[in-house]
Amino acid sequence: MTILTVNGKEHNVGGDPNTPLLYVLRNDLRLNGAKFGCGLGQCGACTVLVDHQPVYSCLLPVSVLEGRQITTLEGLGKNGKPGPLQQAFIEEQAAQCGYCIPGMIMRAQGLLDHNPSPSEADIRAYMQPNLCRCGTHMRILRAIRRAAKELRTVRAEPVR
Amino acid sequence: MNAPVDMRVTRRLVLATGGAVAVSFALFPKSFAQDASGTAGKPPGDLAKFPMLDSWIAIDAHGAINVFTGKAELGQGIKTALIQCAAEELDVDPASIALITADTERTPNEKYTAGSHSMQDSGTAILNAAAQVRAILIEIAAKRLNVPPEQLHTKGGSVVANDGRKIAYKDLVGGQELHRTAQPKSPLKDPKDYRVIGKPLARVDIPGKLTGKPSYVQDLRFDRMLHARVVRPPSYGAKLAAVDIAAAERLPGVVKVVRDGSFLAVATQSEFQAITAMNALADTAKWTETAQLPKQTDIYAFLKKLPSQDTTILDRGNPNEAGVRAVRATYHRPYQIHGSIGPSCAIAKYEAKKLTVWTHSQGVYPLRDSLAAMMKMPAEQVHCIHVEGSGCYGHNAADDAAGDAALIARAVPGRPVRVQWMREQEHGWEPFGPAMVSDAYGAVDASGKIVAWQYDVWSNTHSMRPGGPGNLLAAQYLARPFAPDAPKPIPQPEGGGDRNAIPLYSVPNIRVVSHFIPQVPLRVSALRSLGAYHNVFAVESLMDELAAAANTDPIQFRLRHIDDPRARDVIIKAAQEFGWKPNERLARGHGRGFAFARYKNLAAYCAIALELTVEHETGDIRLRRVVAAVDSGQVVNPDGIRNQIEGAIVQSASWTILEHVTFNTREITSRDWSSYPILRFSNLPASVEVHVIDRPGQPFLGTGEAGQGPMAAAIANGVAHATGVRIRALPLSPANLKAAIGI
Repeated sequence: MTILTVNGKEHNVGGDPNTPLLYVLRNDLRLNGAKFGCGLGQCGACTVLVDHQPVYSCLLPVSVLEGRQITTLEGLGKNGKPGPLQQAFIEEQAAQCGYCIPGMIMRAQGLLDHNPSPSEADIRAYMQPNLCRCGTHMRILRAIRRAAKELRTVRAEPVR
Repeated sequence: MNAPVDMRVTRRLVLATGGAVAVSFALFPKSFAQDASGTAGKPPGDLAKFPMLDSWIAIDAHGAINVFTGKAELGQGIKTALIQCAAEELDVDPASIALITADTERTPNEKYTAGSHSMQDSGTAILNAAAQVRAILIEIAAKRLNVPPEQLHTKGGSVVANDGRKIAYKDLVGGQELHRTAQPKSPLKDPKDYRVIGKPLARVDIPGKLTGKPSYVQDLRFDRMLHARVVRPPSYGAKLAAVDIAAAERLPGVVKVVRDGSFLAVATQSEFQAITAMNALADTAKWTETAQLPKQTDIYAFLKKLPSQDTTILDRGNPNEAGVRAVRATYHRPYQIHGSIGPSCAIAKYEAKKLTVWTHSQGVYPLRDSLAAMMKMPAEQVHCIHVEGSGCYGHNAADDAAGDAALIARAVPGRPVRVQWMREQEHGWEPFGPAMVSDAYGAVDASGKIVAWQYDVWSNTHSMRPGGPGNLLAAQYLARPFAPDAPKPIPQPEGGGDRNAIPLYSVPNIRVVSHFIPQVPLRVSALRSLGAYHNVFAVESLMDELAAAANTDPIQFRLRHIDDPRARDVIIKAAQEFGWKPNERLARGHGRGFAFARYKNLAAYCAIALELTVEHETGDIRLRRVVAAVDSGQVVNPDGIRNQIEGAIVQSASWTILEHVTFNTREITSRDWSSYPILRFSNLPASVEVHVIDRPGQPFLGTGEAGQGPMAAAIANGVAHATGVRIRALPLSPANLKAAIGI
């Protein structure tokens, strides 16, 4: 039995502790955000955050994740109430098939958590591990720039 | 939307004729039926094949509007565009429409979602069906309200009278009102009155996909569902000699090991158990390998030596004219993969002699027939339902995964079985885009005009879709195997290997020959744009070479040879937006390239201008600014068109700069993203701009594949401009570039 903290909630997870996190998220916790892409850590479709760092959930066994904060796409917002990055991707219509986009959003979240004002070069370098086959990259970049700008605006507003 | 503008009957005309019973006359005033265009008899698009209006549109007593299409969402945004067509002509909010896509028990059999046909076939059908349904609703309301139809209009899902009375659509239809045969002509709106069509409606599927709502076949979960994996052979045609099934059956969670000849699979309780068991089976499996693949280094010569069926698809004048300067060139394109980010997946359930399959196949009806034949079941006992997958870009392993799931599900009746391929399986076993070769000759005269053109292209088939059951991978490995169908060429005018082999330019003396090679050394099928990718690369490279021979700017040279005003418009638009200066010289290592094509010579027009640099030390191409212009006829969703062309530009850049399948004489060796790299963020262009030229009232022109060829050629032309060296073999990889420019 492994205790996982996913999107702020604890879950008792049975089964083989060597099981990569991806399969537990998708099949046991029924969270669809992280996707199987390669199982090799080459494409980033399975990206989630562990303690605010983007990781390949297809490679990481659940046994090493006790006590760590796991954030998936579902932790950022819901359908009808998307989080700021999700909203920026929607505004920019930054998806074609959309299969890679949850991983893109999670990696971008990892970037903005550490660097709220990334340069264009910062964004491109940080997003390098994630693959998109539809060629939606230019929109993905726009969405990340938009989210960064909006988050800065929100932070800059005085608290009343 | 295949009806030209002047054929469109106006609403006023229809309404003026009135009369409920006489709807056919209402839609066909005599003057109109005598229209010189004379296509009377069949409605446009796929409405001709499925003329019952209620096979496209149904309004229930609760007001739900269901629109049906046999086409599938592949990530190209087709759902949103089809909803726009229906909403526009029905005068309803797009959000009030539920679109039901490809399903063998619910939707019209529109065969494949392929060839950039969806808007032409299904969009046109839905647009026209919706217009006719609207006319019927007005006709019924006219009787109900006892007012002439011309005193009625439609708004927000109701028919409204001038005196303010209104009846909701749901209250007008209670039975078989829409069970009518479509008329050949529809009372379509004037495009200037469009409120939904032509607007960038946000994609209906995006918010769900971006928040984790189950959106893909990979996301479906059924009660008691099992997970399965297939153990694929090491190489084409390998036979399974031995395997320790008993050992695998003892592993945790294993419910069933399925072996039928050389088809080997395992079904388990959980997904990771399936992967573990697959690996265990693979470890003990002994295979007899027989594959004899050609040498990769020798592939083009090998293909050209194979027997071919030769068809002269254009022959005019004397193509041997010498002119004053001539260019001879040979162009090569390697095998390339679809490379979906999510490996293919399907779920099947076999219960009470009925098979249900959830699949991301591009053709649920043809797949149903293939599965039925493989399983020796009546086709009506097989139900295929399209659910989105990861983008496919053509015929990838979607159908194969459905075949796998069906075979495994039969072994565990009553249990839904989910199969997803592994990355190495998708890379190694999907049908590739075929390698191609072409020989070209062009000559210009003293006035700088093309006098002669010869073009010979060699290619395998570009479609091995189901089809017969043998086109499903698993079926080839059963104890009683099915052979793949005999490969066939796709005839002109669309063409397969010879798609876009005929240049759109005016050339007095020309011969174009398609050499179709039936023998298939590597598994191949349709990859986005088929042969057009290679042929446009070749034709547009040759155009630049001939422009240089004629000492003329490449864009001026193209315009000199093309009369079609819409072709000229996209060429000029791309050039202007790019800021193209004729005969401009750039610094060493800097280049600019241009290319144009009309996809299939009958779909969307696309021109691309770009700027790039070549790093001499590494052979790396850096794409700078890319500017495209596209004419897709009547624009339904401008942002959808932009998204498709932006995607085509980036994807084609990846194919063109980086991609080729690798193999030795026994097996495919490019099995992952490390051995088959594709474009990452570091290789992206600095910017991509797409300019859409709207043509209100003109037929929809398929756009999804229009950018692939022009982008390849624009890069090649840019590299030639930057380095002074013309490279005619793809990919333009750093290694190939370094070899060609001699650093």
